[in-house]
Amino acid sequence: MEQVTLTIDGQAVTVAAGTTVLAAARSLGIHVPTLCHDPDLTSEGSCRLCVVHVAGARTLMPACVTAVMPGMVVQTAAPEVVEARRTIIELLLANHPNDCLTCERAGTCALQEAAYAYGVRFPEAGSPLAGEKHQWPPDESNPMLLRDMNKCILCGKCVRACAEWQQRHVLDFGFRGFATKIVADMDQDLIGSSCVYCGACLTVCPTGALLDRRSIGRGRPWEREHVRTTCGYCGTGCQFDLAVAPGQQGKRQVVEVVPTAEAPVNGRSLCVKGRFGTGFIHHRDRLRQPLIKKDGQWVAASWSEAIALIADRWQAIKADYGSDAFGVLASARATNEDNYVIHRLARSVFGTNNIDHCARLCHASSVTGLVASLGSGAMTNPIADLAVTDFFLVIGSNTTESHPVLALAMQKALKRGAQAAVIDPRRIELAGQAQWHLQLRPGTDLALLNAMAQVIIAEGKVNADFVAKRTENYEAVAEAVKDCTPEWAEAITGVPAAIIREVALAYATAPAGAIYYTMGVTQKTTGTHNVMAIANLALLTGQIGRPGTGVNPLRGQNNVQGACDMGALPNVYPGYQPVTDEAVRRKMAQAWHVPPESLSLQTGLTLGEMLDAVDAGTIKTLLIMGENPVVSDPDSDHVVQTLQKADFVVAIDLFMNETTELAHVVLPACSFAEKTGTFTNTERRVQMVRQAIEPIGEARPDWQIITELAAAMGQPFGYTDVAQIMKEIAEVTPSYGGISHERLAVTPQGLCWPCPAPDHPGTPRLHEQAFTRGLGRFHGVSYLPPAEQPDDDYPLILSTGRRLFHYHTGTMTRRDPGLAALYSEEHLEMHPDDAQALGIGDGDWVQVTSRRGSMELALRITDAIVPGTVFTSFHFAEALVNRLTNPARDTLAQIPELKVCAVAVQKIAAPEGYQRPVHKRVLV
Amino acid sequence: MNCNCGGTAESTKDAALATMLAEYREKPGALIPVLQGAQAIYGYLPETVLAQIAAALHLPLSHVFGVVTFYTQFHLQPRGRHIIRVCLGTACHVRGGAAIFTALQQHLDVNDGETTEDQRFTLESVACIGACGLAPVITINDDTFGRLTPEQLPEILARYA
Ligand code: SF4
Ligand code: SF4
Ligand code: SF4
Ligand code: FES
Repeated sequence: MEQVTLTIDGQAVTVAAGTTVLAAARSLGIHVPTLCHDPDLTSEGSCRLCVVHVAGARTLMPACVTAVMPGMVVQTAAPEVVEARRTIIELLLANHPNDCLTCERAGTCALQEAAYAYGVRFPEAGSPLAGEKHQWPPDESNPMLLRDMNKCILCGKCVRACAEWQQRHVLDFGFRGFATKIVADMDQDLIGSSCVYCGACLTVCPTGALLDRRSIGRGRPWEREHVRTTCGYCGTGCQFDLAVAPGQQGKRQVVEVVPTAEAPVNGRSLCVKGRFGTGFIHHRDRLRQPLIKKDGQWVAASWSEAIALIADRWQAIKADYGSDAFGVLASARATNEDNYVIHRLARSVFGTNNIDHCARLCHASSVTGLVASLGSGAMTNPIADLAVTDFFLVIGSNTTESHPVLALAMQKALKRGAQAAVIDPRRIELAGQAQWHLQLRPGTDLALLNAMAQVIIAEGKVNADFVAKRTENYEAVAEAVKDCTPEWAEAITGVPAAIIREVALAYATAPAGAIYYTMGVTQKTTGTHNVMAIANLALLTGQIGRPGTGVNPLRGQNNVQGACDMGALPNVYPGYQPVTDEAVRRKMAQAWHVPPESLSLQTGLTLGEMLDAVDAGTIKTLLIMGENPVVSDPDSDHVVQTLQKADFVVAIDLFMNETTELAHVVLPACSFAEKTGTFTNTERRVQMVRQAIEPIGEARPDWQIITELAAAMGQPFGYTDVAQIMKEIAEVTPSYGGISHERLAVTPQGLCWPCPAPDHPGTPRLHEQAFTRGLGRFHGVSYLPPAEQPDDDYPLILSTGRRLFHYHTGTMTRRDPGLAALYSEEHLEMHPDDAQALGIGDGDWVQVTSRRGSMELALRITDAIVPGTVFTSFHFAEALVNRLTNPARDTLAQIPELKVCAVAVQKIAAPEGYQRPVHKRVLV
Repeated sequence: MNCNCGGTAESTKDAALATMLAEYREKPGALIPVLQGAQAIYGYLPETVLAQIAAALHLPLSHVFGVVTFYTQFHLQPRGRHIIRVCLGTACHVRGGAAIFTALQQHLDVNDGETTEDQRFTLESVACIGACGLAPVITINDDTFGRLTPEQLPEILARYA
């Protein structure tokens, strides 16, 4: 690149052509003050605080938008520069409230800093500058952000952050002259606007005009400490700093989430859950002591009493019924270390492989399907590859709500000119932005995918070279899809044949084409086959193993990838090493200092099978860590009855919930803010979680609880420090072999597995030279309709999903007052045609009934959903959709068909005193 | 030009807007002409119309609103049949413009920029209109009235029904 040499304050400096004077000065360590500039935003050069003197120029030049020129002579502190800056600051202070004493931003405010640096005061009374000031009422309409436009200096950074980072464009300049102000939509309060409360505007605001309402008055900047950690919500894996300050009784409290440019996945972008959803951490409902159920009542107990009791019961059960009377539910929310330790407990202390977790409910079919096709069940390409993709398919993923920050990368790709097709029964936000929306009938994905393969083959768009060199079993897919014409698929899916053809060809012919999918694909009785059909498309076209391509299952929870990696599955040890493999068993037995025979060679039971076994009386005791199967698993009533049958249930959790209520002992666990460990995000990136505050009450980290239980059962694991656990993980798990807490401490970008050795850089992209299984394998798979079809009694299809403001069963998000207020209750989405036929109006209450159960909630009429289908989320236990869902399972991966069941909807009277929420932020 | 053309039923106006939006849908840079057209149809720019325009032109609502409030030619509120502009430029100010403005505010019971309830008058203050020789001066629609005293106002207003 061309280099330019110039002189700044007498020092020569050589930088790349196109660099700004500001950046060149900063590279010399010269401080130039700025207000409207931000390194992560485009520059507008509007505030002019950064002006510098350039020899030969007629006026002072704003350094942030002036490109360097060869031989330029710049002075950053010439007297006229200082004078100009003083004037700018004087004018800003003239129309600024004199409120620094109580302003939350004091200490980090750029205006205050500039005034201090240049010795400028608020204008004296009577000075010509002491004129009119704005007296706008502050916008306190919403629970997250406080907007006080009287403190706004019109730098415009919030406008650009909302547009450039978030693609939301909620904010803009409104009015003119003295009246100019930043407006949300049509100058309304934020609560009535299209804001999604991501906080980007707040992140860039240089003054106290935008504040996090919940951190106000909770400690000055210099009293706060920042702890870098990883978000505990979705699988995107955003990082941020938890700001902690001494609270009552001197105990440190989390007071704010502060984004950091160093976060590898998200930079300074976050979504509303990560940015503001910390209210659960200090919530009064947190469990603070072990609880033992005595005569149906919960009684607080000491740790030693609780542990002794549990060990006692377990010893007896093991003696009476043997190892397979135990069942363990690990957790996709807990750290890798927690999951590793609980898996060790199951296998080496209980001696059973009956361990599973809620990955069974989301991506079990991805793991099974992709391992068979490619050899590895994880996302093949890094999120960052969206920057180079030319075409991407999004199947069954409402990415903007479920993986909000990952969706930003998709939206940026679209803005850059990449094309996209969204396959979803609902017109989700992304569908409105993509070139194609294939609004298929729920449960018909496989017909659509096979038709795409048929088009690619029939139109001669197969990548023959790739198929020949890197795949096997091509004939199987060619045979299976030969009759799956787009016309055939149109009849099944409702998607016009011409569109299917167009999208198949767009994918096949794109220089780099990628597929992203989630539970719309996997939560089906044909889930594994759906996944294989997706892999078939990538193998046919060679759209894999290169930048911008790949088969990318987006993992739902913060650490669902890690929990699978750690062997919280019935068939594999950490790193997907089969439990049935004698050599693996010997290795594990050696690491754990136990006789090999004590480890079972028999594949354990999956989540649903364990519940069946409890029902059948073969499993007597369950250990449930941080899961809420009553709300998250299909056919809730049956889950409740089953749990009631178990002899002894131990739950480890942050809160009492619908599941822990049914336990016999409940142990209080630490939240992510109170412990150290690692999470593995959806792109296989292992990142640190760091303890920011002391545990709440007597809560303990899960790994510690389990270590103590193991010791009480006579098998001391000997972990005194969480880093030791990762050391052991690395020893027994080839793909984690090079990962340690020490290394992560100096590797802020984290490490993507496979990372087999301490000097290995990690593997962001899989299958580049060869597939993990050697050759990619085609599978001929055929369309089967969902297990349950609509009929006269149950004429509609019910599908389920997620909302931006909530997470899973809502145990955390619904305890955040802000999230709870912005989305306070659930509703059922229905197409206007269906609503009319049933005589139900928008806002009416309805009863939704399936063959298994029913629930009641309000109706929302929207043409965003395909007729014949209704939709809701599973976040709200009062609208317990999983009472209705079908536990019918995929035979290969045992994943239940949560996405499709047949229901009837009937109008009922609203509950007494019910009032529809005035403000509820609905995205679809 | 600024009159509330009246007489047209709301549905006819909505149809006219739809026709115009269809015509401009795929044309970049159409915002200003579309806003002008919509204002010609409705007499002002109701918020619902702004939302429709933003959706049709694929523009953020905040941007449309920013443009509307930046240019004085656009109005978010219904306009009166007659537009009174009171000059508050330096010359008028010195020679009693403010008193004229206050008198009009009281007489019509509206503030700057507002329209009387009967939709008869809209009152606006403006900076110099270039008739300083006549100060203090007002205009009503295209008519100019100079060297005014507050006492003359009722009689002048009575000429505009
Ligand atoms: S919180 Fe996010 S969406 Fe809302 S105005 Fe700020 S940047 Fe825009
Ligand atoms: S609100 Fe903050 S970021 Fe936005 S223009 Fe005002 S000072 Fe700048
Ligand atoms: S996108 Fe996911 S990881 Fe990122 S802040 Fe939101 S919930 Fe957390
Ligand atoms: S920081 Fe350069 S003009 Fe504002």
